[in-house]
Amino acid sequence: MLLEVEGLCVNYGHIEAIRDISFNVPEGSVTTLIGANGAGKTTTLKTLSGIRKVRAGSVKFDGKDITHAAPYDRVKLGISQSPEGRRCFVGMTVRENLDMGAFVRNDRKSKAYQEDIDRVLALFPRLAERINQSAGTMSGGEQQMLAIGRALMARPRLILLDEPSMGLAPKLIAQIFSIIKEINEQGTTVLLVEQNAAQALKAADDAHILETGEIVRSGKGSELAGDDSVKAAYLGGDI
Amino acid sequence: MNFEFFFNNLPSLTVSGLAFGAIYALIALGYTMVYGVLQLINFAHSEVFMYGTFAMLWTVMALGGADADGVELVAILLASLVAAMALSAIVALVLERVAYRPLIKRNAPRLIALISAIGASFVLAELMGLRDRVAGWLGLEDDLSDYVGKARINNSIAGVVEAPRWDIGGVSVSSIDILVILSAVAMMVVVDQFVRRSKLGKGIRATAQDPETASMMGVNPTRTIQMTFLIGGLMAGVAAFLYMLKIETTKFDVGFLLGVKAFTAAVLGGIGNLRGALLGGLVLGVAEIWGSALLGTEWRHVVAFVLLVVILLFRPTGLLGESLGKARA
Repeated sequence: MLLEVEGLCVNYGHIEAIRDISFNVPEGSVTTLIGANGAGKTTTLKTLSGIRKVRAGSVKFDGKDITHAAPYDRVKLGISQSPEGRRCFVGMTVRENLDMGAFVRNDRKSKAYQEDIDRVLALFPRLAERINQSAGTMSGGEQQMLAIGRALMARPRLILLDEPSMGLAPKLIAQIFSIIKEINEQGTTVLLVEQNAAQALKAADDAHILETGEIVRSGKGSELAGDDSVKAAYLGGDI
Repeated sequence: MNFEFFFNNLPSLTVSGLAFGAIYALIALGYTMVYGVLQLINFAHSEVFMYGTFAMLWTVMALGGADADGVELVAILLASLVAAMALSAIVALVLERVAYRPLIKRNAPRLIALISAIGASFVLAELMGLRDRVAGWLGLEDDLSDYVGKARINNSIAGVVEAPRWDIGGVSVSSIDILVILSAVAMMVVVDQFVRRSKLGKGIRATAQDPETASMMGVNPTRTIQMTFLIGGLMAGVAAFLYMLKIETTKFDVGFLLGVKAFTAAVLGGIGNLRGALLGGLVLGVAEIWGSALLGTEWRHVVAFVLLVVILLFRPTGLLGESLGKARA
């Protein structure tokens, strides 16, 4: 297992945002957490990035306990995130944003670094066209590509994607999901959080359903996508 | 109003104003960078500057600057510049460690940090003003009498540097003023480029814009904050050195007015904006000197703050507005 989450509890002040959740992310998989707004999906990812503090439980990455590790140590170990709402650095150019993704790396002048930039630009040709443009002047879809590309620049073993389809047109959503598949095929494990359950289940090997801070169902993506109660609750009835 | 004097001396008044403005700008840098990253007005930054002026003064005294000239004097002055930058940087880093970091760690509201800043400012100023007592407790009063004496009055290096006046196009200007303006602008350019181009600089900008996402990228917030205090401290040290060259006199409470002026310069230019600090400083310095020439020197501070209010009425975010994080590369 690349990531093992065991009995995780996270609080916001006195409010329990996540209660005792446990799940695994197998190496090489696409694993998804789906659920409604406020179910605790984003909190889970922020906790995995080390932004939120853990109240109880443990997180292991590649067998190593990282429950209380600092965010920058996690990036160094190989966990990077594309956050909810993209959150590109709007005052910086596309290239500078990609450099920020690689902040923990010290090989900026190397060939490997340039190859990683080229790889991201090959995945997202739109970014290549806009490499010196300010990120704030780009469309939502382009910013989403930049946020994913930025996360890839850390050379992650596990990439955390928080709602990459949010606010995008259907055509763009399909494009983003096919790129997620490509990233996974290139060897990066993906933990995907989505409200767009239909797309997420289609893309995922394993899936977990979060409801008010707890995991209520787990299974194979295809299995849950075909399940009647899941269909009714998350997929808007029959599809 | 004394228009005749004003117009007859306009070029040299302007140069003098630019020199004051350049010093304000260097100090303003510290306010603006810390504000950009922490949304905190580091009120104690004025004392960071004040300690620098004393480091400069004491180094010149200790190395015998009063009897030196030529190359030797230049070497002593360079040593005093290094000392001023070092002491100011140390004071800035200690401030961050003692007065702010514990509060930030506990997520204290910014207002609390502001009170802590004001408190730290008084403590630092009074420590300097009571340095004879402190030395007394340590039994060093006699050994250090040259340095701790006259703790509450002006301390001066007047006469150490005999700066020539230059005739530029028929206008007589002080060579010190020219040196002050050129070195301040050069330092501002260095910092600006550092923040724009270097990896650490990008980390500072990213943190200023979105601390959470920056930390997701692996930026260490504590180190970034330290870095901004360090840069602010180093620049306050340069400002202190240039100030001592120009004014030659310092005192334990010299930071207060200079700090308020530099803060005004930062707000005038757009707080959080490095280039704004330079522009704000220069505009403020020139306006002050022009105002004093027209209305009399007692009006100097009135002019400065009326200018601030008027500019903020029309441009509430300052002359250049945008923040450190959003500043375009």
